[in-house]
Amino acid sequence: MNSSRCAACKHLRRRCPSDCIFSPYFPSNNPQRFAFVHKIYGASNVGKILQDLPVNLRSKAADTLCYEASRRIEDPVYGVVRELTNLDEEIQKAHCQLARIRAQIAVIQARDEVDNVNNPNFFPPQND
Amino acid sequence: MASSTGSYNSPCAACKFLRRKCTPGCIFSPYFPPEEPHKFANVHKIFGASNVSKLLNELLPHQREDAVNSLAFEAEARVRDPVYGCVGAISFLQRQVDRLQKELDAANADLIRYAAAATQAPPPPPRHRSAVDYGRGGGGGGGFYNQTPSSFTFPYNYHFPTWNGGGVDGNI
Repeated sequence: MNSSRCAACKHLRRRCPSDCIFSPYFPSNNPQRFAFVHKIYGASNVGKILQDLPVNLRSKAADTLCYEASRRIEDPVYGVVRELTNLDEEIQKAHCQLARIRAQIAVIQARDEVDNVNNPNFFPPQND
Repeated sequence: MASSTGSYNSPCAACKFLRRKCTPGCIFSPYFPPEEPHKFANVHKIFGASNVSKLLNELLPHQREDAVNSLAFEAEARVRDPVYGCVGAISFLQRQVDRLQKELDAANADLIRYAAAATQAPPPPPRHRSAVDYGRGGGGGGGFYNQTPSSFTFPYNYHFPTWNGGGVDGNI
């Protein structure tokens, strides 16, 4: 039975029951995945989060918890929030670039209009 | 927002929640003022007081406020969306970045088209021997052809539904 313990039960050094909440999402071949969530959230909190979800959503929840935990371990101050901040900055920059390009287009269009108005060929000749 | 009111007047939100005495050296009290009980409640629900305490103790004091605020943000996101948490917000913002990049590409293409049309304006007809000079001096310094290459880097490639929660504004 020991060889079929999930990564969580191996980490927690306990028997892995047949209805273990962790075993579908923390297979024994990836011990780091559970180690991350255990360090950041604790087994009990992860278990509660998964337990409160419908079964079909638990896999995604486990994935996102693992992702956020890994980011928090890499960056203990900001975790995954740093990515949100970076994306937000990218969006602001893109808005500025877009505004700048549109302003440049407006300048060209305005010049075209002025040139058309000033072009003597635009109006029929009067002294021919 | 760090607060120093701490244990002198009333226990911090953490110690109130945990129903314990708030000591002068309480690790939580600068960051969980009693007027914001939900902040600690969320953090405790998702991370647990003990894990937060360990994490804060491993950081330098000047890093702790930002760490608490980002933990509070993540915790609130996870409470609102237990499946996707902050990852849902990342996905939402990534889609915005994608959309803006397409708009930028289209705008750049328009700019090139307009600029090219402007420099290729037809000369005046020969019978008028017009000396009209369209006076195109080069388009204002080369800025028109400034195509900024994309520098967006996406951390990963999840496909999650649109973030439905509020408060995703990057403000910590």
